[in-house]
Amino acid sequence: MTDEMMDDEEGGGGEVKTFLYVNRKAPYGTIYALESLEVVLIGAAFEQDVSMLFVDDGVYQIKKGQDTTGVEMKNFSPTYRALEMYDVEKLYVDRESLEARGLTEDDLIVPVEILDTEQVQDLMESQDVVLSF
Amino acid sequence: MKFSIQVNEGPYTHQASDTAYQFTKAALEKGHEIFRVFFYHDGVNNGTRLTTPPQDDRNIVQRWSQLGEQYDLDLVVCVAAAQRRGIADADEAKRNGKDTDNIAPGFRISGLGQLIEAGIQAERLMVFGD
Repeated sequence: MTDEMMDDEEGGGGEVKTFLYVNRKAPYGTIYALESLEVVLIGAAFEQDVSMLFVDDGVYQIKKGQDTTGVEMKNFSPTYRALEMYDVEKLYVDRESLEARGLTEDDLIVPVEILDTEQVQDLMESQDVVLSF
Repeated sequence: MKFSIQVNEGPYTHQASDTAYQFTKAALEKGHEIFRVFFYHDGVNNGTRLTTPPQDDRNIVQRWSQLGEQYDLDLVVCVAAAQRRGIADADEAKRNGKDTDNIAPGFRISGLGQLIEAGIQAERLMVFGD
């Protein structure tokens, strides 16, 4: 871990760590998904090495065709498409969570990499900072 | 070890805020360093001085304030989450045209960048919440 902490790839001498945002909650019903996205967007300015992982009901956050008019909440799903502009390009989805909900990659609004359970474990293990929402 | 703490849940509703406090206290007593405690989501409600629990119950807000004073802790409440939930310091209250502030002693309001920095600076970031 100390070697990685000394890593100095970019950011003019600033420290670069690997940050993983684990999104586990449905986009509406609770505020976790929205406020997690706010952290990702603000965090992008710090030029860290960012990944996002969607597991459990979190996979619904990036499902196509969200219509929130009935619940009178803002549909913030288009923001996930803007993540690319913030250099947040490593998006991962847990295969088991996706399949359990009858979803496929075609149902998602952003390009993702689908991971098996073991790969999810490896991803988490490899990160310096894991923020779980 | 140098820790940062993230508290995602409100007081009395969810044990996460108790556990975060107990972890922080235990770590300090064992000689570890706490770089920062960052309050997010409903966790910002741990930082209102208007909390009035029954007298025979623990006072979660006061507990944080006292621990903060004892160890000179950096207790940071997220500004965006705080605005949504009605937590304000004097500056925030004035800026948003409110008639009072309610931030508890020892807490300060700042941005989400403080959470990212806490992740960068600490050896471990501990997240307490659902």
